Amino acid sequence: MCSLALFPPPLPSGQTTLCESNNELLSGTTTEDQLKQSLKLHSRTESSSKAAFLDHSETLWMRSCLYILSCALVVPKWLSMSSGCILALLQKVSSFHGSLFPHLTLSSEDMIAEFSQVLNWSDCVVRAFAWHPHTDKFAVALLDDSIKIYNPKSATTPTLKHRLQRSVAAVQWKPLCASALAVACQNCLLVWHVDPCSLSTRPSSGCAQVLSHPGHSPVTSIAWSPSGSLLVSASPMDTAMMVWDVASESCVPLQRVGGGGVSFLSWSPDGSHVLASTPSALFRVWETRMWTCERWPCVKGRCQSGCWSPDGSRLLFTVQGEMVIYALTFTDTPGVGLCGGPQAAAVVADLSETTFNTPDGDIIVGGEIQSLAWDSTGERLAVLLKGDPHAADRPAIIAVFKTRTSPIFELLPCGFVQGERGAEPRLMQFHPSFQHGALLTVCWSSGRITHVPFYFLSAGVPHCGLSGSPSLPRPQTVPADFANQSLFTELMS
Amino acid sequence: MFSTEQTCWFVRKVICWRAAASTAWAVLLLGPITAALVILGRFSLFHPIQTISECLSLLTSASAVFSLILLCGVILMIGFLNLEYYTVIPTIACSKIALLGQLLHPRQLVNSAVHCVMGIVVAWCCAITIGGRYETLGYTCPQSDGDSSSQMCLNEYHLILLLAGAFVGLSYSLLGVIHNMNYISFHTVQQYKYLRFKGALPLVVKCSATQALYSIRNFIVVYFFLGYIPKAWFCKTLNLYLNSSVHPLDSIAGLLDLSLVYHLWISASFLLFTWHITLVLFRIFVTELYSFPVQSSFTEDAHQCLAKVLNEKQPMILKFLALQDLALLSQHSPSRRCQVFSLSQPGGHPHNWNAISKECLSMLTDLTQRLVAYHDTVATNGRAKSLSTGSERKTSSETSVTSGTEDLMSPRPTLLMKTPASVFARSVVGTPRTPLTAPFTPDLDSPFASPALRRLTAPVEQCSPWFGTVQSPHVMRRGPKLWSTSTDSQVNGSPQSSPASVPSPKQEPSKPSLLAQFLQNRKEQVKNFLAKRVLIMYLFNKLPEASSQALFADSQAHIWALEGLSYLVQASFSEDQFGVVQTALPSILSCMLVLQEAVDRHFKLPHASSKPVRSTGSMGDSTHKTLRFALRATLKTAIYRITTTFGDHLNAIQMSAEHRKRLQQFLEYKE
Repeated sequence: MCSLALFPPPLPSGQTTLCESNNELLSGTTTEDQLKQSLKLHSRTESSSKAAFLDHSETLWMRSCLYILSCALVVPKWLSMSSGCILALLQKVSSFHGSLFPHLTLSSEDMIAEFSQVLNWSDCVVRAFAWHPHTDKFAVALLDDSIKIYNPKSATTPTLKHRLQRSVAAVQWKPLCASALAVACQNCLLVWHVDPCSLSTRPSSGCAQVLSHPGHSPVTSIAWSPSGSLLVSASPMDTAMMVWDVASESCVPLQRVGGGGVSFLSWSPDGSHVLASTPSALFRVWETRMWTCERWPCVKGRCQSGCWSPDGSRLLFTVQGEMVIYALTFTDTPGVGLCGGPQAAAVVADLSETTFNTPDGDIIVGGEIQSLAWDSTGERLAVLLKGDPHAADRPAIIAVFKTRTSPIFELLPCGFVQGERGAEPRLMQFHPSFQHGALLTVCWSSGRITHVPFYFLSAGVPHCGLSGSPSLPRPQTVPADFANQSLFTELMS
Repeated sequence: MFSTEQTCWFVRKVICWRAAASTAWAVLLLGPITAALVILGRFSLFHPIQTISECLSLLTSASAVFSLILLCGVILMIGFLNLEYYTVIPTIACSKIALLGQLLHPRQLVNSAVHCVMGIVVAWCCAITIGGRYETLGYTCPQSDGDSSSQMCLNEYHLILLLAGAFVGLSYSLLGVIHNMNYISFHTVQQYKYLRFKGALPLVVKCSATQALYSIRNFIVVYFFLGYIPKAWFCKTLNLYLNSSVHPLDSIAGLLDLSLVYHLWISASFLLFTWHITLVLFRIFVTELYSFPVQSSFTEDAHQCLAKVLNEKQPMILKFLALQDLALLSQHSPSRRCQVFSLSQPGGHPHNWNAISKECLSMLTDLTQRLVAYHDTVATNGRAKSLSTGSERKTSSETSVTSGTEDLMSPRPTLLMKTPASVFARSVVGTPRTPLTAPFTPDLDSPFASPALRRLTAPVEQCSPWFGTVQSPHVMRRGPKLWSTSTDSQVNGSPQSSPASVPSPKQEPSKPSLLAQFLQNRKEQVKNFLAKRVLIMYLFNKLPEASSQALFADSQAHIWALEGLSYLVQASFSEDQFGVVQTALPSILSCMLVLQEAVDRHFKLPHASSKPVRSTGSMGDSTHKTLRFALRATLKTAIYRITTTFGDHLNAIQMSAEHRKRLQQFLEYKE
């Protein structure tokens, strides 16, 4: 059992976490001149006059029909009575349905905010973030519904805008492909094809494929299969999970009763399982060969987040309303299928609230978990803790664990990742192919994106590759001399 | 229909049983569907209890049992037709006339006739089950001239139901051709049969209901205008009379009977639903994964091994299922992959891997050549137009309607005689070939399709009087400037390589005789005359992107071949103990890169990259329309799969500089 009490205390305010080296987290004070570009510029949607108008969803034809009906015809009394009764009945039924699944009454924006992996999605500058699985480029979805693609090797940063690209909940790059980026939007899925060699900064909307299915909106989560052939998408309004063949734009709905929708998806790195959590206290683990599923009812709340170990054998997940991380182990026995799985989930970490004494006063860390991220070597696990936005001494914070998956699963404390004063972490992701250990990218409430490298030598990777590996563009926050000390890390790990 | 000796063991042992199982399930499902029909057909809002009791008594009656047996026979027949007519490679009509040819093919005519008869049988059963005024064809009515004696009159309600059944059956069969309903597509997502059926059921219900609605609408229109013909015919042959006191149904007032329309719709929906269910079950059963043994321990089973089966050309379903199995085993099962990589016991040869990789590579090379040939005809055509000396104009009409017409108008006597690939020449001659659609599908088999074949046919053409008119210096100089080195060196206008096709141009002008000139002029006049007729143009114009679709019609096989190869190569990085894959790696990579280049070129053609309209409301499978996009995506993914697995090790592979450059693009993730 690993508790937050074993963690080193949080940094005093003003200090930010820079990197991990020699098995400890180094900190420093940031200076403003390091900043090249803040995304705060994009924080507000350009002043729109939308609010001044009423939204009309009916077509002209329908409106004229309604007008004629209401004016010209005198509706017989029995007709109005009976239709009123039917309407009331329908409302009763829908409210009953809504009481079963309270999330169905939310507006689509609120629903995305509720089920997103981003903390406070609705006012977050960076709404979604995705590293390319093979190269050093990433896509950032911003509050003004545009997506920017940053690539250190090219001078252009393409900006993707589309008429249907609204309320982006998630973005993900297609594996084994250089150009395809899937975007989960309010009404549809978009798959952009951004030519990496193109010099255009505004790819036309012709580069985007629109995938939509009636009743399947808003899309809150997407996941590509690691082999790059399929894309699954989920919507809390739709009980079916869609499996898309993107090239032919066809989809297979996988429908299961119960749960009232699908809110979060995660495909295991080996491609064998998909985690699909529902808005109610139930999640499913799909096996991707014949697409059958296992039901996992939770006791307290819905499954908020989950992540897979690199070999796909272990699933860590968190449940809303609980302060622990659970683990499920899947043994891959051929022939038996999924039935070889465990009978119950084991608690691997308890993140209940702990008080730390710092020079600035007591800080309470712990509580509910917003999201989990596991790096591709399986050695660092980052946990984004929600905190309490109204209490100053209970900030949202990222706790990082050291993990080991073989021969036995182990969890050791590593430390907290903190940003500059007043900045709260909103979103985090590990770089999928970082050569020197793990690289955690954190998006802050200030609109800043920082990369926190964890330098270590992975136990599973042959060590000779370090010197021969191509040198990566060094993150700005890292002093140059840390790379020389990596030998120590090797000895100590 | 087929003799047992000729058919493959696979069709006999697997496909027939699968078809039988699917039909059996469809027959079992007939009971509940008929019960639903009875309830829906007899339902009356104001007497619910009475309806239920009536339905129960009807379901146990002898007539209901008899009609159920009849319906079972119909389902068996439909199941048999499904088995006879299914295909895994869709036939794509490239022009309206080709579609017409498909519809009028004798085989198709038989199909339509059988469906028509089946429709009548189903409609008769519906009439029995719905009962009431629909039940019998004749009834006694008082004579019109006021006599007290009675006579048999025609029950028009019964007749209209039967005719509706025939009409819906016919339209089912015809729409089946148009929407390629007999094409069986394989799903990328594997699911158990029950779950797949459950998932397909809502779509089947929706499709049946909407299609029934449209069919009934069309039928009512037809009956309104032409209804008197069958009515008179029935009266005459069966010696029935028309009751003049009853309002005739082929009038506006008669057809506005809502209950009649409802019953027509219900019975049409029932008919389509049972048939669609049979079709869906057949598709699900046939496309189910079949696991072939990679290696067999007994020699008598050797012909069932994956490597043997892959190399067989016929039947196509066997090849497709084998490739599907290959793609899945390479992805999911390490133990079977291990068998692929294993060496033969005496001798130590990787026979399994060699056979599999050879077959996959030959399929991919075949596709590459097809694409090159197609691109060649299109590209040379474009150039020829600008030089006004072209010989093959077969695709000029395809690029755009306007350019096609303009082409036809312009007098071009030298080339019009030399267009056997042109649809006009064939239609004028009017000799329909045995596969009726052959002239209209992209004529890859025509002598003008590929430069290599063109050379072969050259000696024959030399004998013809107007040979020299085509062999202008422009045509000679225009070699296929493509990347395939073999054709390049040969055709590039070098006289040594193709001596037959190099007559000296000086002696040519005297050759064309007067008769030939006359014939030529005649033909052109006919053509110009025809080209001005809108209907002819409508029929003969190539449908956009159809030729592109036809080119990739069987690409599902190539997709699996690519997946299978790339997954095997990926797995070989860690699993291949003897290095059997390494030897083939250069050829695999170069094959994929050449194909990639060919596909890229193809997508630059007009209409190739335009997305087809998605049709969601029909039972026809439109997967074939997007196969080229799927192939392009799979190809890229396959190359990336190999490059990400091997990384910089690929630099050690022997490869041409051009391919290395392209591979470097993949290694840097810039494709």
